Amino acid sequence: MTDNQSTTAEHPLRAHAPAVSAARARRWGAFFYAEQVLRVMRNYGWSVVLYSVGQPVAYLFAMGVGLASLVDANSESAFGGVSYLEFVAPALLVSAAVMTASGEFSYPIMDGFKWRRVFYGPHASPLIPQQIASGHIMASTVRFLLQSVVYFAVVAMFGASPSPWGWVSAIVATVAALSFGLPLMAYAASITQDKGQFALVQRFIVMPLFLFSGTFFPLDSLPMAVRWIGWISPVWHGTELSRVFTYGMDQDPLLTITHVVFLVATATVGWVLVRRQFVKRMGS
Amino acid sequence: MNRPTVISARNLTKAYGDLTAVDNISFDVPAGESFGLLGPNGAGKSTTMKMIGGVSQRTSGSLTIMGLDPESHGPEVRAHLGVVPQQDNLDEELRVRENLIVYGRYFGLPLSYLRPKADELLEFAQLTDKANSKVDALSGGMKRRLTIARSLINEPRILLLDEPTTGLDPQARHILWDRLFRLKESGVTLILTTHYMDEAEQLCDRLIVVDKGRIMAEGSPATLIREHSSREVLELRFGSERNATIGVELQGIGERLETLPDRVLIYAHDGEAALEQVTARGLRPMTSLVRRSSLEDVFLRLTGRSLVD
Repeated sequence: MTDNQSTTAEHPLRAHAPAVSAARARRWGAFFYAEQVLRVMRNYGWSVVLYSVGQPVAYLFAMGVGLASLVDANSESAFGGVSYLEFVAPALLVSAAVMTASGEFSYPIMDGFKWRRVFYGPHASPLIPQQIASGHIMASTVRFLLQSVVYFAVVAMFGASPSPWGWVSAIVATVAALSFGLPLMAYAASITQDKGQFALVQRFIVMPLFLFSGTFFPLDSLPMAVRWIGWISPVWHGTELSRVFTYGMDQDPLLTITHVVFLVATATVGWVLVRRQFVKRMGS
Repeated sequence: MNRPTVISARNLTKAYGDLTAVDNISFDVPAGESFGLLGPNGAGKSTTMKMIGGVSQRTSGSLTIMGLDPESHGPEVRAHLGVVPQQDNLDEELRVRENLIVYGRYFGLPLSYLRPKADELLEFAQLTDKANSKVDALSGGMKRRLTIARSLINEPRILLLDEPTTGLDPQARHILWDRLFRLKESGVTLILTTHYMDEAEQLCDRLIVVDKGRIMAEGSPATLIREHSSREVLELRFGSERNATIGVELQGIGERLETLPDRVLIYAHDGEAALEQVTARGLRPMTSLVRRSSLEDVFLRLTGRSLVD
């Protein structure tokens, strides 16, 4: 490379050659962009922490202590022999991660392409659109995992995770967040005009998934007409899987595998669609 | 004087459906040159810049930057460039200095280089006292300077500037021009688009005048003015009612006459002499002004339209 070879005494700072930049970006580009997203998140770190701790405390107290005192007094066997708190805690953990994903993978994507166009800055550097997408996903995954670990710690403090394998539910919640979030991100990347689509997603997709995914009562207790919502819901698959880990819920191994396959498959399909949409939107 | 060619475009074309934004243009830029694309909004300047920056695919033709095709070697090409887009896309949630460091990370540059380099660039952009400010607290001119500083973090030898001073007040523009001039002096190749003729005259060694995606003329600002305009221009205002009809009475004065809605332009070697001829005919303009020909006049001559509508 002919560039950047001259070094003078008064100007000893030299960047490495463009070929080195390109090679590093090709290999590590997604991590470089993830670093940017994490730096931005750090700016509102306190609200992330307060949300991560405050939400489980409030929900677990209301549901697991308040509501549970009524539920447990009336129907001991309805929840597979565990207390209502134990039943509802893994569901709340998974739901919280999915809700965070619905935030991270909607408005920030619109922001990147349209409002403040933050994706276009790195695209003028050696990064490619797929890396920008992957970087955003990686940083968001870190957030989901941290939030879920904190959530699980609170669950454990409430005594709602009797199994020693309970901590796996934090990972399950993270995967469930990606299972729901990545297809949403692909959709968000395809929107060119904001007509309130994300508010509709919140009201007509996120909320029904939260309510009808076996969160507060077993899915079997719903009529068949709405039970399908659970079957296609990452919240239900994630919740059922988490229950296996937090209190050893009795489950057909085939069903357990189905939950894993569903979550991983939807996340993978979403990821492929996201990459495709980013390339379509930004070029190569 | 045989400087290597850093950018070479041959029959470069970009079409969006029926619209041909860039229509079969060819040009070469040698290292260290300050090369401008001058034209009105919608002339295809930004589209050309995006193709050079490897973020927009061409429809046909060939394009190389440092001998590399930006379509097949996007990251390698972009590693050579500094890019100042038309719209600032700074990280508003990060602080001023952090914007530079984060951007440098995209080039895989280590923090041991980036920290002192960021300080050096803040000094260059006259933003040292704003290092820890939030980006949204900066004025438009400061944001623009920060965007330029950011584009220099990888020490590029080629800098793409898309309308670098649009929307800035005159003072902010002059500060920016000064910074760009220093870069030019240090040997950086500048490629800039502008629809300001004074900017093109100040900064460009050579430029192409583009309109509707085509190259209308090419050369240094002085050559273009010499070839396509007279030495001086006499600007007359007779009031918006009379400007359109006065032309007949001015026939024969100067080399050429151009009637615009707000004024009449007489192209002449000697503007003062032309003005004397006007008054000798008993015509009394409300205002008169003799000035040197500019690129604005070149553009008007070539396209029949003003640069800034």
